Amino acid sequence: MTSLPVVPDAGDIDALREAARRIRVEVVRTINTVRVGHMGGSLSEADVLAALYFGAMRIRPDQPHWPERDRFTLSKGHASVGLYATLALRGFFPVEELLTFDQADTRLQGHPDMTRLPGLDMSTGSLGMGISAAVGMALAARLAGSPSRTFTLLGDGECQEGSVWEAAMVASRYRLNRLVAIVDHNKLQQFGWQGTGHEDRLPPEEPGELVSKWSAFGWRVLEIDGHDMAQIADALASATSQTDDRPVAIIANTIKGKGLSFAEGQYLWHVKIPTPAEFAQAMAELGEPVDAEAAR
Amino acid sequence: MTLPMGRAMREVFGETVTALADTDPRVVMLDGDLGTSTRAEIFERAHPERFLQMGIAEQNMLGVAAGMAASGFMPFISTFVAFAVVRPLDQIRVLIAQPKLNVKIIGSYAGLFVGAAGKTHQIVDDISIMRAMPNMVTISPADDVETGQAIRWAAAYDGPVYIRLVRDVTQRLFDDAYAFDVAKSVVVREGTDVTLISTGAETPRVVDAAEILAQTGTSCHVLHVPTLKPLDVAGIVAAANKTGLVVTVEEHSIIGGLGGAVAETLGEHSPTAMKRLGLQDTFGESASNADLLDRFGLSSNRVAEQVTAFLAQRARR
Repeated sequence: MTSLPVVPDAGDIDALREAARRIRVEVVRTINTVRVGHMGGSLSEADVLAALYFGAMRIRPDQPHWPERDRFTLSKGHASVGLYATLALRGFFPVEELLTFDQADTRLQGHPDMTRLPGLDMSTGSLGMGISAAVGMALAARLAGSPSRTFTLLGDGECQEGSVWEAAMVASRYRLNRLVAIVDHNKLQQFGWQGTGHEDRLPPEEPGELVSKWSAFGWRVLEIDGHDMAQIADALASATSQTDDRPVAIIANTIKGKGLSFAEGQYLWHVKIPTPAEFAQAMAELGEPVDAEAAR
Repeated sequence: MTLPMGRAMREVFGETVTALADTDPRVVMLDGDLGTSTRAEIFERAHPERFLQMGIAEQNMLGVAAGMAASGFMPFISTFVAFAVVRPLDQIRVLIAQPKLNVKIIGSYAGLFVGAAGKTHQIVDDISIMRAMPNMVTISPADDVETGQAIRWAAAYDGPVYIRLVRDVTQRLFDDAYAFDVAKSVVVREGTDVTLISTGAETPRVVDAAEILAQTGTSCHVLHVPTLKPLDVAGIVAAANKTGLVVTVEEHSIIGGLGGAVAETLGEHSPTAMKRLGLQDTFGESASNADLLDRFGLSSNRVAEQVTAFLAQRARR
């Protein structure tokens, strides 16, 4: 297990797809090994994280505190395994360390802890907060005259938190056009409202609701297929082009548990742990040779 | 003889942070639409580019402060204690205290004096909450002199600090020779019969109470505790041992605040008979400042009465 080579060109869509595949493999391997972690959201966000960390973001993994780096906050902090897999593969820390996730003395705390792991720009985990910190970073960059851009990734369930809209209001008021908020719109939250019966859970928002809300708050909104790497890369290129003075929201339509046929769209996979058979199937579906030791 | 009136702490807040910003480009002021009340408006006039209006959205304001601190700025928060501590408490916990970010939360309108706004704006448990928060330095200055020094200390310290300030003009306890030390409590009067321990703007009233008690032959040892965390354990134990009887006095709930902190300290290090004066597990209410102090037993006369009663009760044992 090694980190991936740096992608030289954000337009190299195949390389970004391979990064996303590897992120999913490490997410499943990590959760299967340590038997904890949020699987569904870590899989739905994998393509966006690949496009950010292997494409759009200006970062230096060997200089995690480089002042002019682009910032990222995982506002949906519970999907930390996805971010950890991304950072490891990008070269911030050894991929092997992923298997320490949530164990005693680990740098990979259950939710991101910036005091422990270089490469994390903010500690998050209580929903609705990472976007506020991102607004602060964008304001700081403007005051400091830094070219740094700020990205934050929210969940669609998280957008029920009122503080998200406080942040959206202030970002718009300050015309923070170097701030990009991406919503991982996987249409499921942990439990949510009941649909036709107990097993049928309704999406956190009505169709179109996120686009209209972010637009109403004064953001430039792009809606994409959050699993189509070309669309993601194009959206991030547009979002960072400062075509006008508005902050940018990317509504990424995704599937919870994306990549594992048995988990896709299943709300219980928010935190479910795979059985040995499910792990083997997952690795096969992700195109990864089954690791006999890990599957045991 | 009573202590003279000083200047309002909030005026000192506006002036001191403005002066800090003159020489420190990291200093920014985040205001929750109360700058005219907290006197952060002084900062806006001097440094408009670093005065960041956050609107009536305090949860976001504390989160923005965390993000700016993570990028090297030193945000000062301008709002009332009610909206600086209680409303955005989870943002303070997760985004500021846990990562130990360099945010200065300066809560104005601490205690009962909130301009006749009543119980919604009177937060009587902010000390309890903030001193229980890991990594959070918690300071309750006695007067305008100590306020200015505490703010300057906070700016020199790298980490989260909470300072609670009183809206209205209060009595001045210290002169310009005073030197605030975050690690130290201050003996403001020597005595032999009973130890009075106080914090914040209550301390000058307690000093006046000691003067009243002296007229009837009771000698009070008075200790001012400006820093609730880190707590000066040795200073509190020494003051308690001086007389063997302790009365704590605070414009705050007796649960978890100064009284709670002193009880914890003495229970562990030097068990001492004590009485806690302050809000007795109740909320505030609307009334004039004088009436509020009288009603909650915090005026000099009421403190003196209660100390006398406590001593009489102890003498009957």
